Amino acid sequence: MTYSVWRIAREALRGNSGWQPAWRDQAPKPRYDVIVVGGGGHGLATAHYLAKLHGIANVAVLEKGWIGSGNAGRNTTIIRSNYLLPGNEVFYEHSMKLWEGLEQDLNFNTMVSQRGVLNLFHSDAERDAAARRGNSMRLHGADGELLDAAQVRTMVPLLDFDNARFPITGGLMQRRGGTARHDAVVWGYARAADRRGVDIIQNCEVTGIRVEGGRVRGVETTRGYIGAGKVGLACAGNTSRVAAMAGLRLPIESHVLQAFVSEAIKPLVDTVITFGAGHFYISQSDKGSLVFGGDIDGYNSYAQRGSLPIVEDVAEACVALLPCTGRLRMLRSWGGIMDMSMDGSPIIDRTSVEGLYLNAGWCYGGFKATPASGWCFAHTIAHDEAHALNAAMRLDRFATGALIDEKGAGAQPNLH
Amino acid sequence: MRIPCPHCGERGNDEFLYRGAAGLPRPPADATEAQWHDYVYLRDNPYGSHRELWQHVHGCRRWLVVTRDTRTHVIAAVTDVSMALS
Ligand SMILES: Cc1cc2nc3c(=O)[nH]c(=O)nc-3n(C[C@H](O)[C@H](O)[C@H](O)COP(=O)(O)OP(=O)(O)OC[C@H]3O[C@@H](n4cnc5c(N)ncnc54)[C@H](O)[C@@H]3O)c2cc1C
Ligand SMILES: [Zn+2]
Repeated sequence: MTYSVWRIAREALRGNSGWQPAWRDQAPKPRYDVIVVGGGGHGLATAHYLAKLHGIANVAVLEKGWIGSGNAGRNTTIIRSNYLLPGNEVFYEHSMKLWEGLEQDLNFNTMVSQRGVLNLFHSDAERDAAARRGNSMRLHGADGELLDAAQVRTMVPLLDFDNARFPITGGLMQRRGGTARHDAVVWGYARAADRRGVDIIQNCEVTGIRVEGGRVRGVETTRGYIGAGKVGLACAGNTSRVAAMAGLRLPIESHVLQAFVSEAIKPLVDTVITFGAGHFYISQSDKGSLVFGGDIDGYNSYAQRGSLPIVEDVAEACVALLPCTGRLRMLRSWGGIMDMSMDGSPIIDRTSVEGLYLNAGWCYGGFKATPASGWCFAHTIAHDEAHALNAAMRLDRFATGALIDEKGAGAQPNLH
Repeated sequence: MRIPCPHCGERGNDEFLYRGAAGLPRPPADATEAQWHDYVYLRDNPYGSHRELWQHVHGCRRWLVVTRDTRTHVIAAVTDVSMALS
């Protein structure tokens, strides 16, 4: 069923009796050409592009809970392509272009909102770094604009511009950046993949990976053994656990990241703002809640909840940047498990096991990557080699030294 | 999360600095690049009990080996590094 304004009108007249489930509830078949483990945004996008661009539709996405129950449904929904390093920026700009056409491609309203992403700076040195990054973005075909304090003031007048310690001296603006509705991205990819014949199998946890003679044969699951020609892992925070089933030890630590929403208020922030003097970012949802977050907690965790020092730290940054939020009540907080890679950049690659592919290391920035991640992972699985866009995102870069060290934080996941 | 420091008593985790898995065997100086790669970059990243290094930077400044469950954050044991790794 194609969604359209005509369909809505028709269903309105028919008492909404004609809507069907957006995807089928499938029982696993004995064998698939490709099994994708993990029904987050990346796994579902991979299945969609495998079917759409590579003609491989005998695909199952296996999800241990419900689709979108992991980070895809827990993130703060910021999308942007404002990276510095060549290995990253081409990839994220490709993702931005896919976001721009996603609703037409999926026939689903993913609520992509190009409200802009504004990275504030507070010193001359930070301004220089922002200018350098902006130049790199523009050289890669993305948009970037250096704003002075007066220009920022016209956009967001309630920021604490004249803060004694961290005055706001300007910002790097990417107007094409913004937000998208995270759940809708999951549902849109699931529905589009399903319509091309992909089986989306929920409540199906992978408990083992069968490898014979160095080649993957299938997966053990809570719903029985399923054979596969190829297996792609897109398990985000649980990547190390699942990869260990095939004997792989990875350059990844799992850490918890928290996010917060306030009670709903009238429009205050009509863009996405990041604080340059601390790790803090904020936007406002369509319901009126401020949506914000900051640093990871900084220790290994699979608990999907963090501890109080980060709550305090994020709240302090919020009030430092927007003093008018001081009396606002925090409504909810939650946590998700980040697959923190050792250099802070992702991995989309083959592995030492033939037919087993890895998509991981997204840290706290993988939502914006969802379209390009699925696009590149599908290519890598279908052709058994990386596309030029993910050529730098290799698993062996930690051995060869070709790191993508975007933040210069080295091999310390808790510093990225 | 609160960590019971053997020297200072139970303190909030923001008094401590985290340094990841404890007891990774440091390769000898003449080890191969592959051994150094494994040591610097690869981690078990367990789902469950994890032995890890924390430094009590805002207290006694001692390095501690904490055994903590990564699923629940419940701490099973804390030892001064001189006792734990000797
Ligand atoms: C609080 C928070 C804020 C964030 N903010 C942003 C942001 O603003 N912008 C941005 O770009 N990124 C952000 N991120 C990061 C982003 O959400 C993730 O990098 C991205 O969602 C990861 O890809 P995914 O959607 O495929 O992951 P997930 O949705 O986590 O998908 C992985 C799936 O694998 C499943 N799985 C795991 N093990 C198994 C198994 N054994 N068998 C079957 N299934 C399994 C899990 O249940 C899960 O559904 C944020 C993350 C968090 C937690
Ligand atoms: Zn102490």
